[in-house]
Amino acid sequence: MAAGSGDRSLLPPFGRGVVNESAADSHASPKRRQEGPDPRPTAANDPSTAPLAPAPDLDTFPKLLVAAAARLGARTALREKDLGIWQETSWRQYHDHVRDFSLGLAALGLRRGDKVAIIGDNRPEWVYAELAAQGAGATSVGIYQDSNLVEVAYVIDHSDAVFVVAEDQEQVDKILDMIEKLPKVKNVIYSDPRGMRHYRHPALISFAAVEERGRALGQSQPRLWAESVAAGRADDVAIICYTSGTTGFPKGAMLTFRNLLTMAASLNQVDAKLPGDEFVSFLPLAWIGEQMMSLASSLALGFTVNFPEEPATVMEDIREIGPHIMFAPPRIWENVNSMVQVKIMDTTRAKRLLYELCMPVGYRVADLRFARRPVPLAWRAAWLLAHGLLFRALKDRLGLSHIRSCSTGGAPLGPDVFRFFHAIGVPLKQIYGQTEISGISCIHADDDIQFHTVGRPIPGTELTISEQGEILSRSPSVFAGYYKNEAASRETLAGGWLHSGDAGYLTEDGHLVVIDRMKDVMQLAGGASYSPQYVENRLKFSPYVKEAVVIGKDRPYLTAMLCIDMAIVGKWAETHRLGYTTYTDLSAKGEVYDLLHREVEKVNETLPAAARIQRFVLLYKELDADDEELTRTRKVRRAFVEERYQEVIAALYAAAPAPVPIDAVIRFQDGKTARIQTTLEVREVLPAAR
Amino acid sequence: MTAGSGSSPPQLEVRNVTLRFGGVTALDDVSFAVESGSIHAIIGPNGAGKTSMLNAVSGVYRPRQGRILLAGEDITRRSPHARTRLGLARTFQNIALFKGMTVLDNLLIGRHTHQRCGIWRGGIYYGPGRREEVAHRLVVEEIIDFLEIQHIRKQTVGTLAYGLQKRVELARALALEPKILLLDEPMAGMNAEEKEDMARFVIDANEDRGTTVVMIEHDMGVVMDVSRRVVVLNFGRKIGDGTPDEIKRDPRVQHAYLGQEDAAADRRKAAAGGA
Repeated sequence: MAAGSGDRSLLPPFGRGVVNESAADSHASPKRRQEGPDPRPTAANDPSTAPLAPAPDLDTFPKLLVAAAARLGARTALREKDLGIWQETSWRQYHDHVRDFSLGLAALGLRRGDKVAIIGDNRPEWVYAELAAQGAGATSVGIYQDSNLVEVAYVIDHSDAVFVVAEDQEQVDKILDMIEKLPKVKNVIYSDPRGMRHYRHPALISFAAVEERGRALGQSQPRLWAESVAAGRADDVAIICYTSGTTGFPKGAMLTFRNLLTMAASLNQVDAKLPGDEFVSFLPLAWIGEQMMSLASSLALGFTVNFPEEPATVMEDIREIGPHIMFAPPRIWENVNSMVQVKIMDTTRAKRLLYELCMPVGYRVADLRFARRPVPLAWRAAWLLAHGLLFRALKDRLGLSHIRSCSTGGAPLGPDVFRFFHAIGVPLKQIYGQTEISGISCIHADDDIQFHTVGRPIPGTELTISEQGEILSRSPSVFAGYYKNEAASRETLAGGWLHSGDAGYLTEDGHLVVIDRMKDVMQLAGGASYSPQYVENRLKFSPYVKEAVVIGKDRPYLTAMLCIDMAIVGKWAETHRLGYTTYTDLSAKGEVYDLLHREVEKVNETLPAAARIQRFVLLYKELDADDEELTRTRKVRRAFVEERYQEVIAALYAAAPAPVPIDAVIRFQDGKTARIQTTLEVREVLPAAR
Repeated sequence: MTAGSGSSPPQLEVRNVTLRFGGVTALDDVSFAVESGSIHAIIGPNGAGKTSMLNAVSGVYRPRQGRILLAGEDITRRSPHARTRLGLARTFQNIALFKGMTVLDNLLIGRHTHQRCGIWRGGIYYGPGRREEVAHRLVVEEIIDFLEIQHIRKQTVGTLAYGLQKRVELARALALEPKILLLDEPMAGMNAEEKEDMARFVIDANEDRGTTVVMIEHDMGVVMDVSRRVVVLNFGRKIGDGTPDEIKRDPRVQHAYLGQEDAAADRRKAAAGGA
């Protein structure tokens, strides 16, 4: 398992047949899908369901929260699964928690303009803390919860945070380990006291105790909260998002309320969300995508945000909620897709037959829609039949029965995955954007989805391509600059345009096509140019491939380092009676090499001759953010990886493929290390035509 | 070994217990006491009588001589389920769960001894029966949260990985809300990461839930880190009893337990030299 253990799998295997609801279970989930029709009120004249008119005076998150608490009162704002039950928080309670915590922070000495760092899994306390900081005129700084000691300390120190809100013992330990190096931190606030009975550090204080102080302050100064919220301005910095860049130290992008709220309003014009919609928040809240949805859009539009019980239960929790809105990076959709394929391989012959009969119908209809051609009546009827036989059940199993708005962003998604979701009737859209433009600049329109593009700019966004082919954008959502990094800010915002660093072009009908990172579009020694990411994405569409790094810059041909998907290859090994112990062992098996060899050959067939993979290795460990090989949003840090695996790469380009001896050290989140010794086989896919 | 607060009797006391199977003496006049809130390890080479000791305490075996006292009460003649009701729970060296049932159902079975409603009231599932079931479910859910097994709540135990099954077995023992928890090799067959998790859960159970723990374990690292006191058995006799540091220094223990390893290492060396 080794480094793989650092990866919190967001998608556990799902679908264990019909869940057996025992008697004692009936209190477990308040929102059963068997309850019949969607319980949301549908009357259009109900004032509380009408979309929020863009009120000019509600120009900060805390102001929106105060207004929502007054308007929506007892309606559900947040839901968290705890002890197996979905516990609800109304807008009124949401507001009260934020007010108390905010005043509590003020009582502890938080001043306007200060920074508050937050680290932890997705829980209501995370959003309370963010809004509380903003309510007191401070800025919230989210930290990825799986960051290691050094990364956590860097962000806390660089952002000048005076308070750190940490979820539990795991996170508190990280901070207390480094507390001597963090002199600016006044208090560390924890919300889950489990296992911290004997902690006596003077800086520690519980979330509840801070709220208690806040209530006391609120009683002695009843107007303080209202005044503090009213003092907020649209151009105050709401959050600093540390972008885990693929090179160097992370940079803190400062986003104002105006940035985030114009983004939410513009996005909503092309991709409508309604009050009463359900959204499941399961990606890191430090990530701009989650800020877009769980904070900005939820506050502006009044939909409900649901927090899963544990990272391991996400898939099941999504199924119980049946969200209307979903936003997830490609790997989530890819995982869902490959899980479906694996389950189909495993299922009974009758079910497999049904799948093989229905899917072509879905693909056919989806392809007609993509081509914007009318769907003949017969195909519509066939699709409806297939929907009744398969798609509806499949969507229910995936928790996508109610889905209306669902999008992918952060990286390109393979066309095959796209087609799959559209075939079963899930209207998946591509989003494109950067943290620096509040997360989004382009999206597909409902009836205009082309899977090789990322759609058109959202309202209020101007987009152009520079002479070098770089994508530039301009909108009110473009950030205020990097915190304490003037030079980088100037460079990114040169000429009044946001420089994305991505290469792309516009199609005739105004869609944007993203090719790759500017610096990643590469040339082979022979002069042919290629995009490693494109090839990698094709490789990653194989369910057996978890991560792929394609190498070829200034080299005679392309090679790849692949990481197998432990869950799926493990399953494959089981059914083929292949014994294995660890990830390292499994990835070194000849049979597994043969399996991946076939997968690489399949991908090669779809690639132009110059861009075909000639040799590959299966890495002995998964690429891991703890080893700095991936960013916290799981993008490959190419330069670092090429540096780290230079012996492997040397072997890939050796005259004759020979095994590489490996002696490596891997690092865990808590700073511990382990050593791996093994030998790596280099597999030749294409005969040496060199 | 009468150290401790003096006024209240020890949580568990074993007095001069002797256990024989035919001519074999499995336990020979063993005595020790476990203070309330302690983590007590029983160690010893294979066949030393560790599991026999645990079986005698939990009531599977009846000692030939001697007495076993739970919080001052003599339980030597009590049946295993009566001991369970008095606050004694255990896990087994080989997992003993209902493999065809879900994790949740296995844990709810752990609550059986606390159930007051009979088959009729429970079966009707209205009024007291329902209230009781909800209360038990709450206790079980808190344990699920405690041991971080939410994601497998509804999975069939037989389909789970070994390390998780071990954790479920601990969960079922905790579902009894025992005063004293007997663990028979809780970390056997686990990898380093699972062992670390398990050790943390045992410590948490002891500290947060105030459960007294008696544990048989072979991993000396875990024993020395986790336990407050260690009892050493060898051929059915107690040869050591003290804090981990005292045990490490005890020459008898070194000879009987650790000395064997030295001897084994010497043999290996000799064999390697000869080859």
